Amino acid sequence: MSAIERLPEFEQPVDNGLLRFLTCGSVDDGKSTLIGRLLFDTKTILADTLHSIERTSHRRGLEAVDLSLLTDGLQAEREQGITIDVAYRYFTTGRRKYIIADAPGHEQYTRNMVTAASTANLAIILVDARKGILTQTRRHSYLAHLVGIPHLVVAINKMDLVDYDQAVFERIRGEYLAFAAQLGIKDVRFIPLSALNGDMIVDRGERLGWYQGPTLLDILESAPAAHTESDERFRFPVQYVCRPQKADDPKLHDYRGFMGRVESGEVAVGDEIVVLPSERRTRIKDIQLYGQSLPRAFAEQSVTLLLEDEIDISRGDMMVHPEKSALVTRQIDAMVCWLAEAPLDPQRKYLVRQTTRESKAMVGGISYRVDINSLEQAPAERLAMNDIAKVSFKLAQPLCVDRYAENRATGAFIIIDESTNNTVGAGMIL
Amino acid sequence: MSTATQSHSTLSHLDWLEAESIHILREVAGQCANPAMLFSGGKDSIVMLRLAEKAFRPGRFPFPLLHVDTGHNYSEVIDFRDARACELNERLIVRSVEDSMRRGTVVLKSADESRNKHQSVTLLEAIEEFGFDACIGGARRDEEKARAKERLFSFRDGFGQWDPKNQRPELWDLYNARVHKGENIRVFPISNWTELDVWQYIESEKLQLPSIYFAHTRPVVRKGGLLQPVTEITPVKPGDVIEDVLVRFRTVGDITCTAPVESDAATVAAIIVETATTTVTERGATRLDDQTSEASMEQRKKEGYF
Ligand SMILES: Nc1nc2c(ncn2[C@@H]2O[C@H](COP(=O)(O)OP(=O)(O)O)[C@@H](O)[C@H]2O)c(=O)[nH]1
Repeated sequence: MSAIERLPEFEQPVDNGLLRFLTCGSVDDGKSTLIGRLLFDTKTILADTLHSIERTSHRRGLEAVDLSLLTDGLQAEREQGITIDVAYRYFTTGRRKYIIADAPGHEQYTRNMVTAASTANLAIILVDARKGILTQTRRHSYLAHLVGIPHLVVAINKMDLVDYDQAVFERIRGEYLAFAAQLGIKDVRFIPLSALNGDMIVDRGERLGWYQGPTLLDILESAPAAHTESDERFRFPVQYVCRPQKADDPKLHDYRGFMGRVESGEVAVGDEIVVLPSERRTRIKDIQLYGQSLPRAFAEQSVTLLLEDEIDISRGDMMVHPEKSALVTRQIDAMVCWLAEAPLDPQRKYLVRQTTRESKAMVGGISYRVDINSLEQAPAERLAMNDIAKVSFKLAQPLCVDRYAENRATGAFIIIDESTNNTVGAGMIL
Repeated sequence: MSTATQSHSTLSHLDWLEAESIHILREVAGQCANPAMLFSGGKDSIVMLRLAEKAFRPGRFPFPLLHVDTGHNYSEVIDFRDARACELNERLIVRSVEDSMRRGTVVLKSADESRNKHQSVTLLEAIEEFGFDACIGGARRDEEKARAKERLFSFRDGFGQWDPKNQRPELWDLYNARVHKGENIRVFPISNWTELDVWQYIESEKLQLPSIYFAHTRPVVRKGGLLQPVTEITPVKPGDVIEDVLVRFRTVGDITCTAPVESDAATVAAIIVETATTTVTERGATRLDDQTSEASMEQRKKEGYF
């Protein structure tokens, strides 16, 4: 690991922003090895960490360094030899920063994967070349699609164990495409890999000459960042209202700044906006970020908006453009993933949090539960942990929503159990 | 960040991280009745203060600053802490491990035992004294394995304990800071930052830092590959060889457990180059206490450590 190799990259002014992606696979497909490879080959792993996993590898009687140890998690998990919770890893290439959400392949799988997927813009789905497409592969793909990850990469791993045979790759690819079409998955690419040997991850290696496409890292480097692909309609949920009212500064006497993050779209000074749910209209007077006035603000920027007219606005309200408003509603249909040990009880009231808004909610009905192995729909009375179902809710307060398929920020909600304050469900509005 | 001049909607990775952290801080302000922000005078907490300024100015911070002082900190850092709080015109609360020792709630095994891990007790006492329902801290997930699975909003029970097996699911950017009385949420707005991101941000924001972050000559003793500074609290032992070495601190904390690294980096830019090319992790290079057991951080966190 030479220091000199890394230096020039940091001199480059290129900054492709940040990409969040998810890795998923069944146990032993090579997920940990793949992540270890990415970290190792991009020189993210530092000498002391490497020494520590070398020691562990030797203690366990392994000959080579086991890169999968890099992503080994907590003590409890080490004892059981499994990963039970989503872990986040970081690496940078000098051109782009990456956040990997590493979703474990064991029990509580659905819940972990939905969690990891919720913030990802790309998913790598690992397939063992010897085993081909399994039930788990379908399940991962369904969940990635359900949670709206726009880009899927099917990584066919352990190519070294099938003699780097192109026919194996093509067969798996064909099989996958057939069922992806059924699910409605559009953006999917395929890549042959050997995570163990590092072929086609950062370096091309020498044994996959028949594959002409980009390496895995090339795919990651060129994948669009989430905010460049978000819904074009302006959505600004108000998080906090700033009223400094400093006696010694008359300029601030009437200051009322509405603080929040642009969840999608763009807004400019002078734009007419509507405040939901009140439907009051006004114009944008100024857009501020730490004393600086900006002409406009766009998706994923945290800013403060000042308005022409004094209207009553508080946390939970949402600003939109009048011609592209959101739906204000007291009734929603959603795909729900149940996250808690205690099952969903249709008799109880829950709390729903969507953007910066909350409402008490009652279950109107469960239309069906999805069997996540067969992907078939069946009626259900209650929901247990890891269940996915279509559920309707009646709300005490109106929410300002979009369909999740169109807007991941305004179409998502969590369900909170007020007796424990625990987050018990995740919903995606239909 | 100079977003004003950008022609199309692209965010650099630092812009994105900054926007996420501001969003998190505003969620704390919106959801919690009585939060506090930990501020030690270290680089991560200095970054946090700038983020809080970006989140809440021209208003005041909707929380006081809180420092848990072991009494074994470098005076440069403590002076910096006080000056910065004063300059920002924000309220600073200091609670000290020495007070807990006087109360008898902290008992050292021996007089020279590090007070670092006992900060948890003093922190929990401060949380109780002020009734804080949330504490905002500057920990990062890249620091250590046990942190990689930490939530941005991390629930602690009435004993301040973290239960890694029973964490609240955290999806999208919908954070759940709800607690019952006596329980607490720890919030980590710079979870997704790495050490390099922190230095790059310090550079782009031109943030001031305590002088010991930059190269200076200091008497040290070499111990097990680490440099132990010679101070009143960490005096030389018989047989120790004192050397004057050009060093800087990568992290500043309790004197007994933070080691400097050899470096001639006298500016933030030079530190960035060093950080980008370094071969040892921040904790590996500088923590005199983490070496004992791979799982030591996880253990401490379960007991309420930040
Ligand atoms: N031959 C071969 N073995 C691999 C490859 N990738 C991973 N493995 C091995 O497969 C086993 C499981 O890998 P691991 O990364 O722990 O899988 P995980 O359970 O998906 O994280 C380990 O023994 C790896 O060394 C590969 O590309 N080729």
